[in-house]
Amino acid sequence: MQEVNNFTPNIVAFCCNWCSYAGADLAGSSRLSYPANVKIIRVPCSCRVNPMFVLKAFQQGADGVILCGCHPGDCHYVTGNYYTRRRMSLLFSFLNYMGIEKERTRVEWVSAAEGAKFSEVMNDFVAKVTALGENKRLQDLRVKEE
Amino acid sequence: MSELEKRIIEKAATLLAGGEIKRVVGWKKGEFIHDPSPATFETEESLKDFIYNDFCGANLSKYLIDIFKREGKTAVFLKPCDSYSFNQLVKEHRIKRENVYVVGIECHGKLANYKVEEKGITGITSEAHEGENVVFDTLYGKVTASREEVLLDRCLTCKGKKHVVADETVIINDYEDKVSDRFAMVRELEAMTAEERFAFWQGQLSKCIRCNACRNVCPACSCLKCVFDNPQSGIAAKANDDTFEEQLFHVIRAFHVSGRCTDCGECSRVCPQHIPLHLLNRKFIKDIDSLYGEYQAGEEAEGKTPLTSYTESDTEPNNVFTVTEGK
Ligand code: SF4
Ligand code: SF4
Repeated sequence: MQEVNNFTPNIVAFCCNWCSYAGADLAGSSRLSYPANVKIIRVPCSCRVNPMFVLKAFQQGADGVILCGCHPGDCHYVTGNYYTRRRMSLLFSFLNYMGIEKERTRVEWVSAAEGAKFSEVMNDFVAKVTALGENKRLQDLRVKEE
Repeated sequence: MSELEKRIIEKAATLLAGGEIKRVVGWKKGEFIHDPSPATFETEESLKDFIYNDFCGANLSKYLIDIFKREGKTAVFLKPCDSYSFNQLVKEHRIKRENVYVVGIECHGKLANYKVEEKGITGITSEAHEGENVVFDTLYGKVTASREEVLLDRCLTCKGKKHVVADETVIINDYEDKVSDRFAMVRELEAMTAEERFAFWQGQLSKCIRCNACRNVCPACSCLKCVFDNPQSGIAAKANDDTFEEQLFHVIRAFHVSGRCTDCGECSRVCPQHIPLHLLNRKFIKDIDSLYGEYQAGEEAEGKTPLTSYTESDTEPNNVFTVTEGK
């Protein structure tokens, strides 16, 4: 794992139960590594992720938020990720407009068979967020430890 | 009284006299001519307080959510931009179209009270547009101001003089539509660095006093139970030690109305802190236009919105910035 000035980012990864969470599992059982500072939150479908979840994650100290779901066309609920795609595209573009760098947010499609992709994506995302440094823009000072 | 105002009040009187229409929604005189407020009129007699002038910026559509449920038919006066909100509310099943009689009325741009006040113009007794100026008769004499400087922000980028819904119209002058670029400021912000944008928004949003006026006036914010009213949301009030609350409130509100915001400009009009809230909504509108095709909420009273539909070939999230930043 890359470390700059001893900074280890907090990463929150929302993973859908049917594809991406299983993909993470496969990465684990195939002994592929991904950074330990990625905190996975399992959701039934990527479209379960309410924009409030993303903001709350930043508030509580996340430095980057990534959303993983089944590939478009493969959603367990048929169309869930198509809605996610529009919502998160707009939300992340909007956050960037508010000054929350676009490198801090990401959407990736990871299937249950893509353990290797999961590991690659996480390593890459962590590296990008590490390079950016700590998120100071959407955090709530009251939850920060000094 | 202007000819237009006279014709509108006559129209209200005829509608009430007809019997089918039980009440008319319009604007009522305040203490001065610059503080009219939305009101319901049920008798011809009460129309003596009816007013229609360039300070009647208030969009009456949202009031219909409650009023249309009363017995009998309701008539409402809508300016061209207000008619989009009406359509959008019909689309969202918040207003029953057949219960409301819509009278589309002429509008030549409405004035922003605070801009007039900032120019030191007070004691206004009457006012009229004269070419590119507005002429005020005040207790202290005649004052002229340039229209550009006293119009509401939303009127500077007027959508046009077309009513998207109306059972009849009261229009005397046919004003020409002006071409304007409502996304100019959004583009300026996009061209800044993330740090500069953050500083801009922090400067603006830290002025927010969380009075909720923007939410309360917004025709798109029509939920019976709003997420911000939940005391557990953790954002029910303004925090005094950081700006997260404001950021969250404004991000969530803009997101909730995205694809449904008609860009009526009411939020910016009512904000006591003069925060340019339309710049938030217009970012969503601009992105929707460039990613999913041009879309004007309220243009139609039926059909899906951009966020309640999708296509299999939608732009992939990783390519979004190449598309939105290129425009
Ligand atoms: S968000 Fe503002 S501009 Fe959009 S519909 Fe609501 S009040 Fe009008
Ligand atoms: S109207 Fe203005 S001050 Fe009031 S909550 Fe909205 S943005 Fe804040």
